[in-house]
Amino acid sequence: MSEPSLLALTLAEARDGLARKSFSARELTSAYNDAVSEIELLNAYITPTPERALAMGEDADQRLARGEARPLDGIPIAVKDLYCTKGVLTTAASHILDGFHPHYESTVTDKLWQSGAVLLGKTNLDEFAMGSSNTTSYYGPVENPWRRPGDNRPIVPGGSSGGSAAAVAARAALAATGTDTGGSIRQPASFCGIVGLKPTYGRCSRWGVVAYASSLDHPGPMTRTVRDAAIMLRAIAGHDPRDSTSAPVPVPDFEAALTGDIRGLRIGIPREYRVDGMPREIEALWEHGVEWLRAAGAEPVDISLPMTKYALPTYYIIAPAEASSNLARYDGVRFGLRVEGESLDEMYELTRAAGFGAEVRRRVLIGTYVLSAGYYDAYYLKAQRVRTLITRDFVTAFEQVDCMLTPTAPSAAFAIGERSDDPIAMYLNDVFTVPANLAGLPAISVPAGLSRDGLPLGLQITGRAFDEETVLRVAEVLETAAQFRHLPGFVAGGAA
Amino acid sequence: MALDKAAVAHIAALARIKISEAELNPLADELSDILTWMEQLNEVDTSGVTPMASVAATGLPMREDIVTDGGCREEILVNAPRTARGFFVVPKVVE
Repeated sequence: MSEPSLLALTLAEARDGLARKSFSARELTSAYNDAVSEIELLNAYITPTPERALAMGEDADQRLARGEARPLDGIPIAVKDLYCTKGVLTTAASHILDGFHPHYESTVTDKLWQSGAVLLGKTNLDEFAMGSSNTTSYYGPVENPWRRPGDNRPIVPGGSSGGSAAAVAARAALAATGTDTGGSIRQPASFCGIVGLKPTYGRCSRWGVVAYASSLDHPGPMTRTVRDAAIMLRAIAGHDPRDSTSAPVPVPDFEAALTGDIRGLRIGIPREYRVDGMPREIEALWEHGVEWLRAAGAEPVDISLPMTKYALPTYYIIAPAEASSNLARYDGVRFGLRVEGESLDEMYELTRAAGFGAEVRRRVLIGTYVLSAGYYDAYYLKAQRVRTLITRDFVTAFEQVDCMLTPTAPSAAFAIGERSDDPIAMYLNDVFTVPANLAGLPAISVPAGLSRDGLPLGLQITGRAFDEETVLRVAEVLETAAQFRHLPGFVAGGAA
Repeated sequence: MALDKAAVAHIAALARIKISEAELNPLADELSDILTWMEQLNEVDTSGVTPMASVAATGLPMREDIVTDGGCREEILVNAPRTARGFFVVPKVVE
């Protein structure tokens, strides 16, 4: 098999091809190592690991030859550089973690390697996963492999898992890990025309993932298809005693849930998601989605989530509050960057001023303020109370419906620099994704169409806690109906 | 809430982040805008509503108090700025 056709396979097809010995894991890995080099100008990877990838591919070949294949044997995967990888530079895209080589492996990546997967490298992201455009990375912005036809300006891949999304879309990774605190898997998936799944809170361990906002951080898969997301989720899910919020629940065979049969399922259409200023084309795509699911035998139901408009301000209080606490550990003392000062306090202040970029500083300051004496009740406690009400909205709605269909984001991807001068305008990107983080619910973005200017748009399915099976089943039906076959202008190996 | 320069300087000191004099005013405007935007939460009646810290099931799981990891001093010291005889060497942080 030639390289371009190897790069065009889905994870499920590559798995089956390896099992049939149509090609070796070494060949597949080698094709992907070349692809990683080929897309260098997108800046999707911070640290490629080609030698390690080849060694892992060879190990997989030996197991395949012995008939001891593991579920992901020989599958080349990119890892968001927020996951600690033993002995491999881990940066969180921040200057403050300069030179940090973890001596441990995150639970999710450990499960990937135990399943036989191959590490292609560590992907770029917004610094500490704070951003919606992958423009806040210390290592520079990531470019989306998509461009507006006839327009040469580079487009953002979304964020914060922008490097992972760009790598999968440009065929320089078969799949990738992402993390989603307010939409950081789903929004970049939507912007790059791939599938992104945020599982239920507690489904995938957070152990070894650099913390942003612990009560909102969700590790999850980013893939080319819904089936691939189901396969990868099974590999990375499961109870982990090292994460006290990890749920002790069994891991189902998510792939087996993809029956294509959604007859009789009730699909909620929340009316509050028709926000002011949403482009007509996104509303039209949403209506298509409703019709596709109706045609497959599901029943659309109008529902109300009255607290929707308060989800964003709630999120932008809680997430920075948790971040200001989590990021207090970066003090220049035991690891990472240190800038010397006249006093201990000055050393801390200079280190953190030099080590954190503008958006991280902004969120740490906001978080510090809303947690400070005199303002804690008015902001932080208030937001926690509203969070309860937002979660209640979902509980009530799920008494009437089995899952919900909404757009993933209120716009297609924008050009690099287009919105960077206004933090609040940037925060509005997360309007449809943030509620599922606050409520801890599983949600997936599926590529469903193109915008008028030729960029991908996603639709989102949100489900009940720990019911990823229904979410995936409905998502696959949506994927089949949408027939999204478009490719970005730039893919490794050339468009096959 | 409108923050002034002095308030931003105070928050920055609490957060241990050096902010230059020139950055204080623009940052005060920016943070004030964000806080004002957040204050739309005041429209919501939350009387009697319990605050939510996490969606995870309440109560932390307990485990046996036994050693589960360790014996990897060399690996841990890999990230140390300086070491001596198996210890981190760091600036004095305890008065």
